[in-house]
Amino acid sequence: MKVIFEKPKSLEDVTFHYCPGCTHGIIHRLIAEVIDELEIQEKTIGVAPVGCAVLAYDYFDVDMHEAAHGRAPAVATGIKRVHPKNVVFAYQGDGDLASIGMAEVVHAAARGEKITIIFVNNAIYGMTGGQMAPTTLVGQVTNTSPTGRDVEHSGYPIRVSEMLGSLVGPGNSMKRVSVHDPKHIGQAKKAIKEAFINQIEGKGFSLVEVLSTCPTNWGKTPVEALKWLEEKMLPYYPLGDFSPKEGV
Amino acid sequence: MLEEIVIAGFGGQGVMSMGQLLAYAGMLENKQVAWIPSYGPEMRGGTANCAVTISNTEISSPLVTEPSVCIVMNKPSLDKFEPTIKTGGLLFVNTSLIDAKPKREDISIYEIPANAIANEIGNSKVANMVMLGAVLEVIKAIEPESILESLRKVLPPQRHNLIPLNAQALQKGAEMVR
Amino acid sequence: MNKVLMKGNEALAEAAVRAGCRYFFGYPITPQTELPQYLSKRMPEIGGVFLQAESEIAAINMVYGASGAGARVMTSSSSPGISLKAEGISYIAGAELPCVIVNMMRGGPGLGTIQPAQGDYFQATKGGGHGDYKLLVLAPASVQEAVDLTIQAFDLADKYRNPVMILGDGILGQMMEPVEFKLTENNELPVKEWATTGKKGRKKNIINSLYLQAEKLEQHVNRLADKFGEMEAKEQKAETYLTDDAEILLAAYGTTSRVCRKAVDMAREEGIKAGLFRPISLWPFPEYALQQVLGRVKGILTVEMSLGQMIEDVRLAVNGKVPTDFYGRVGGMVPTSRDVLEKIVAFREVL
Repeated sequence: MKVIFEKPKSLEDVTFHYCPGCTHGIIHRLIAEVIDELEIQEKTIGVAPVGCAVLAYDYFDVDMHEAAHGRAPAVATGIKRVHPKNVVFAYQGDGDLASIGMAEVVHAAARGEKITIIFVNNAIYGMTGGQMAPTTLVGQVTNTSPTGRDVEHSGYPIRVSEMLGSLVGPGNSMKRVSVHDPKHIGQAKKAIKEAFINQIEGKGFSLVEVLSTCPTNWGKTPVEALKWLEEKMLPYYPLGDFSPKEGV
Repeated sequence: MLEEIVIAGFGGQGVMSMGQLLAYAGMLENKQVAWIPSYGPEMRGGTANCAVTISNTEISSPLVTEPSVCIVMNKPSLDKFEPTIKTGGLLFVNTSLIDAKPKREDISIYEIPANAIANEIGNSKVANMVMLGAVLEVIKAIEPESILESLRKVLPPQRHNLIPLNAQALQKGAEMVR
Repeated sequence: MNKVLMKGNEALAEAAVRAGCRYFFGYPITPQTELPQYLSKRMPEIGGVFLQAESEIAAINMVYGASGAGARVMTSSSSPGISLKAEGISYIAGAELPCVIVNMMRGGPGLGTIQPAQGDYFQATKGGGHGDYKLLVLAPASVQEAVDLTIQAFDLADKYRNPVMILGDGILGQMMEPVEFKLTENNELPVKEWATTGKKGRKKNIINSLYLQAEKLEQHVNRLADKFGEMEAKEQKAETYLTDDAEILLAAYGTTSRVCRKAVDMAREEGIKAGLFRPISLWPFPEYALQQVLGRVKGILTVEMSLGQMIEDVRLAVNGKVPTDFYGRVGGMVPTSRDVLEKIVAFREVL
């Protein structure tokens, strides 16, 4: 019998705790597939965040380090500086990276730290139960923006890839992808692979912003959530390559 | 022997380095030494001071609040430190920059026109070494040769050409109090 | 003679290098800045890494990452910066990682002053960050002792897999004294099988302080408590001075202990039988050593550059057996030996 589909080696054989329809599982799988394909499982060190993916260390079968909320890029920096030949990645959500940990990610990028960050943007705080995130869309209702995000009160959502892309430094790479349909999942995997290769080739900092769903806290079915991502998030968060240009 | 020395002046008068040289020389003579600077905003443009303790036995406290020797390079330092000197202590005043007369009668006062002498030998920057020469001549705690030996150790080789000038400054200072 | 005249901050930095520390992450703050400055030159010479972080928070989390990756690593700061590091210190202790943290204390609260103080004793010995953890806290009183304790600190951190804090103050950091580096370069560091190095040839390693199940976290914290108990039994350090016949015992650490030592000499000249008890380990507090010198002691005067923090541990250790009194200066003011002598005289009169 021929095996045509199997679990990636770098993913543990356990059940994810994620809610039905949440796309964290897809993103985990993409990362694990990339680690397998690049044959770097034995030299990869992952940094888990605080948020829904806090238990990521139980899911990836690589050495893992659990960071404090927002501090994953600093922890990853410490690891990478000790083991420059290893591959170090951090997995972060939007509250973690774009709110409490904004300083850490900006400076890791500014230093051209040779790490890879997978930034999962689902426009809401999931783990704490659906509060407004720095990436929550204008008008979006959350548990702390009950009448919808009001720009007079809370300002505009932050476009992390564009912001980091404005930092000087060729070799650094920032891309935004989505996982709302098979075609985009394929593109997301390609971007994640390129981000790891960017690190392995010693070029610089790489970040992949992955637009993701949160059906539970958005109050939608999994199918509605995928549609909402496509219709509401894509216009504000355009997909593409935001890497800094040479000589910026 | 226990000497507790306070050296004070403007930033840039070589106050800190004078203290460090004393401490270094003491160390070369196998004495116990400690050097503590004033630090913080007052060193930026304002007055600077440091304390040096030289002792034959273990130094209990390196903090000097009642100096046995006080070297003041400018007027604000005279005002600040004259009252703190131990009875019977020594005060060295740089009269090139200080017109005022010390008021204490229970201490010995040495008036040294340090900047004028330094200018005479060709470099106003060694005023601190002129003062130091005078101090060493009086307190006898450290040999001037140890100061020169310290300079040889702390100065980079390309600046060793300055050592004879420093030696001359120490000598001139010593002559002022003989 | 192998002695060199060095500032406390620089000597401490060199001691870290001699102890095999090759990674330093920090952020400038007076009065400890000479320490990172020194290492920014020194680390590249020996193939190490000096990195100026974007904040104290980032610096301690870089330490967390580097320590988890198996390195000997250090950070240094002064009071307000240590408050920022508190979160990371709790994680490091929770994840059982070794590192050395230097605090050259300055006056607080808030922005306070850059002048020396000892107001962070509680923060260092009773917590600072959240949760049930302890730091091993060592308080040098001279530049030489700062060197010796720093070298020991790295070994202790590795031995217990726990952060060790060197608690000094602005004076220790800025002061120059002759020092001798007794240890030759220590290249044989302990093997750390738990570190994140890539899972080649073994199961994956996880560095973590998260235990979502209450039973599991209780087990973990109880295991930490056993470790802290072992430290309390084995790592108490103190020095005594003229305590054999002392009737008035001074208790002081760090810079203040130097002031007190001189006050003891001055008191003895006036015929007062004074002595000094100087804790070197602040946590664990050297209670056994204190209890042993109480023989003829009629009263203990604790002197600190704070409103009175270590005195609580002194009182706990003597447990009401001896009257205690306190003298402190704050705000960057340093008590003088004469002030302490006056306090000794006054205290003796009421005993």
